[in-house]
Amino acid sequence: MSQIGSFALLLALALSAYSFLAGALALAQPGPGSERLGETARRAGIATFALVFLAAVVLVTSAFQDDFSIAYIYHHSNRDLPAPYKFATLWSGQEGSLLFWSLLLAAYGLVLRLRHKTDAHLFAYASVIIAAVQIFFLLLLNFAAHPFALMTGRLPADGAGLNPLLQYPEMVIHPPMLYLGYVGFTVPFAFALGALIMRYPGEKWIRITRRWTMVTWAFLTCGVFLGAHWAYSVLGWGGYWGWDPVENASLMPWLTGTAFLHSVMMQEKRGMLKMWNMWLIFATFWLAILGTFLTRSGIISSVHAFAQSSIGGWFKWFLLITFATFTFFFFKNKSHLRSEHRLESLISRESSFLFNNLLLLLACFTVLWGTWFPLISEYVQGNKVTVGPPFYNKVAIPVALLLLLLTAVGPLLAWRKTSLESLKRNFMWPALGALMVGILMIAVGVRPWTDISYFYALMAAMLATLVALTVTSEFIRGGRVISRHTGQNLLASVVHLFHRNTRRYGGYIVHFGVAVVIIGILGTPFNQDREKEMGYGDKMTIGPYTLICESYTQDDNPNYSNEWAIINVFKGDRQITTMYPERRFYKASQQPQTLPRIRSTVKEDLYLTYEGLNETTGRPIIKAHLNPLVMWIWVGVLIMIGGTVLALIPNAAPARVTAPARIETAPVGAGD
Amino acid sequence: MTLFFRRSDIDGAFLAGEPKMTKGTLKSNPICRRGLHAMLLCLTAFALLGAGDQSARFNSLGHRLICVCGCTQILLECNHVGCTYSDRMRAELIAGLDRGENDDLTLQDFVQRYGPTVMAAPTATGFNRVAWVMPFLALALGLLTTIFIVLAWKKKPALAAPGGVLPASGADLEGFRAQARKDTQL
Repeated sequence: MSQIGSFALLLALALSAYSFLAGALALAQPGPGSERLGETARRAGIATFALVFLAAVVLVTSAFQDDFSIAYIYHHSNRDLPAPYKFATLWSGQEGSLLFWSLLLAAYGLVLRLRHKTDAHLFAYASVIIAAVQIFFLLLLNFAAHPFALMTGRLPADGAGLNPLLQYPEMVIHPPMLYLGYVGFTVPFAFALGALIMRYPGEKWIRITRRWTMVTWAFLTCGVFLGAHWAYSVLGWGGYWGWDPVENASLMPWLTGTAFLHSVMMQEKRGMLKMWNMWLIFATFWLAILGTFLTRSGIISSVHAFAQSSIGGWFKWFLLITFATFTFFFFKNKSHLRSEHRLESLISRESSFLFNNLLLLLACFTVLWGTWFPLISEYVQGNKVTVGPPFYNKVAIPVALLLLLLTAVGPLLAWRKTSLESLKRNFMWPALGALMVGILMIAVGVRPWTDISYFYALMAAMLATLVALTVTSEFIRGGRVISRHTGQNLLASVVHLFHRNTRRYGGYIVHFGVAVVIIGILGTPFNQDREKEMGYGDKMTIGPYTLICESYTQDDNPNYSNEWAIINVFKGDRQITTMYPERRFYKASQQPQTLPRIRSTVKEDLYLTYEGLNETTGRPIIKAHLNPLVMWIWVGVLIMIGGTVLALIPNAAPARVTAPARIETAPVGAGD
Repeated sequence: MTLFFRRSDIDGAFLAGEPKMTKGTLKSNPICRRGLHAMLLCLTAFALLGAGDQSARFNSLGHRLICVCGCTQILLECNHVGCTYSDRMRAELIAGLDRGENDDLTLQDFVQRYGPTVMAAPTATGFNRVAWVMPFLALALGLLTTIFIVLAWKKKPALAAPGGVLPASGADLEGFRAQARKDTQL
């Protein structure tokens, strides 16, 4: 089996190289034969997908067949590993995840090459660039991180098992989502670089890549938050975001990708920010690769760095080469990227996009700076320092609040120029609503002057309300206009309005989701936790809950043995549930693991962890966290993803106005 | 909570002696004296803030340190099964608080014992200040650049309407109309 996989990878590399060289040659020397040469390059690209897919199938099959002659399978699987995790073996270690990356890139390339008729020339450029990126990953797979490397010596009877932290249902979907996001940004980058090289006229390339970018962004959003949910549900420390370098690595391309999604609208609508957009999409692609470099090279210590090795050097060179290539073509052809329009007013949609981009980039810079500062410090003063949550909480939160303010104000601004009067008119009610929320929070006991985190929480609540209300008011305002014209009820009019411009209103739904996520996050300063040794019948109180230890029990299966604490949860005198925080001991890897149990409500999460036994007393320790509003985060993310999906729906055809002597007014909701 | 000034700064100012706050002035001016008393009272209150709440201090300091077992988690959040460091470090933190050490001294003890990486965030001293300053510097620079760009764009003259041009044809007008709609829609 392993020979088939190895051969497939080698052949895929050869075909990728051919796809790149023949494609580049066909583009460089247009002539009668170049079209056919280009077509062979395209087909070689398609064949690359088939071969990488075959290699992936071989690796997964080997995991299911417990073929421990393959070192990768030995290190990341064992006989009693449940089937879904055997499947997830593909991305559980370094070699496999690089193969998975290559497979996704080949799949994206396949779709792109099959749809080449949309714009054959531009697609040919993009195909060559994707082939170049594919060559890098296939070189890695063939010569630096070979997934089919064989074990030497006597074959082991069983594998070493999968890392216990990865044995959780979400791990079957979190990495694929994240990788679909990381890899997906290669496509808009390839189109952008292609358009730059060929001095592509107009903004068609942006329209072509818009859906790619939105889909990719949705995957990355999903991946980032699934990672947060996994951390919350598995790591057992009661939080969902620890500002770990690997978490940061996923956040950085998300931030620049978000900035790109906004600023391309300036280019589409007004022919502005062309150079900026080029750099933004490059930065997004580059940061995605940098994230993989951080995860895999081990240069920065991280609790997430499950696979570390010496492939960092390869990534460094790749990052340098891509930077040099992009910079070269940018300076060569930047005259092509001049703005077509000028900015007419500071109070306009254009300037809000500018400031939105500034803040997103600043947030990205802050995260990048904090991630790299330990290395900079080591270089300058000879010792590493830790840059952890206290740093990010102080520096990133003000930026996030400013961004939230822009999210609220931006949709109320018109393109070109907005009168202060109309801004005041549209802004007044949402602002009053936000103020009311602020007053209400102070009335219920939030004292922003006693602690900076309370101040942030208050501001976040007010701004999130502002966002939610501006979005709602936009829907209602537009719906009313449609309702006046068509006589439909308001709800039907809002649906009608949405169909007129799915991208715009889908975007607003995403903004609404962001507001909901922020409401979830602002519960953090009010978190409580308690820890207690709990024998039979012992009580612990946290917030409104009383926890009574009923008993402890054990179980055993081929993969792990485990122990549960049985905790009855009371609210007042009423028992509301029984929770079973768990400790496992994985047999193959000989590693212990705690698994918290969470009772989620709209108001708060009760989060219990069975910490282990006190070494001196031998009594079990239970830790309880009371985390307000966490569920809002996950609901907000679902709204964000839903909004993105809705934004992908094509617009309904606009109704034609046939009255000859009337000037058509700008349709409500026709803009972005 | 971060105070607006450090206690040592104020003590220093008193020790150095402000020219107007001489002994004679204080004695002769009851308003000044009352002001000074009020200030001292405030200072005492600030100094004692949190001192009585040992668990709040433990919580606050425990979140400014990380567990050195390699998990890179905040000390009070490290819950690795069998972690040999976090329990010991928590015990050391409690011992430090029981000895009546102030926050700085307690943290300093940890730095001496485990090295500077035990602090969860860079201290605001020496080169580490750069870590804190850079994001705000970037914000200031970014804001200035954005404002500069906006102003430069605003100053850029609008395209002059050429004189004597023929009116656009119907097809062109349709194109212009489409562009105008695109530019002016909400």
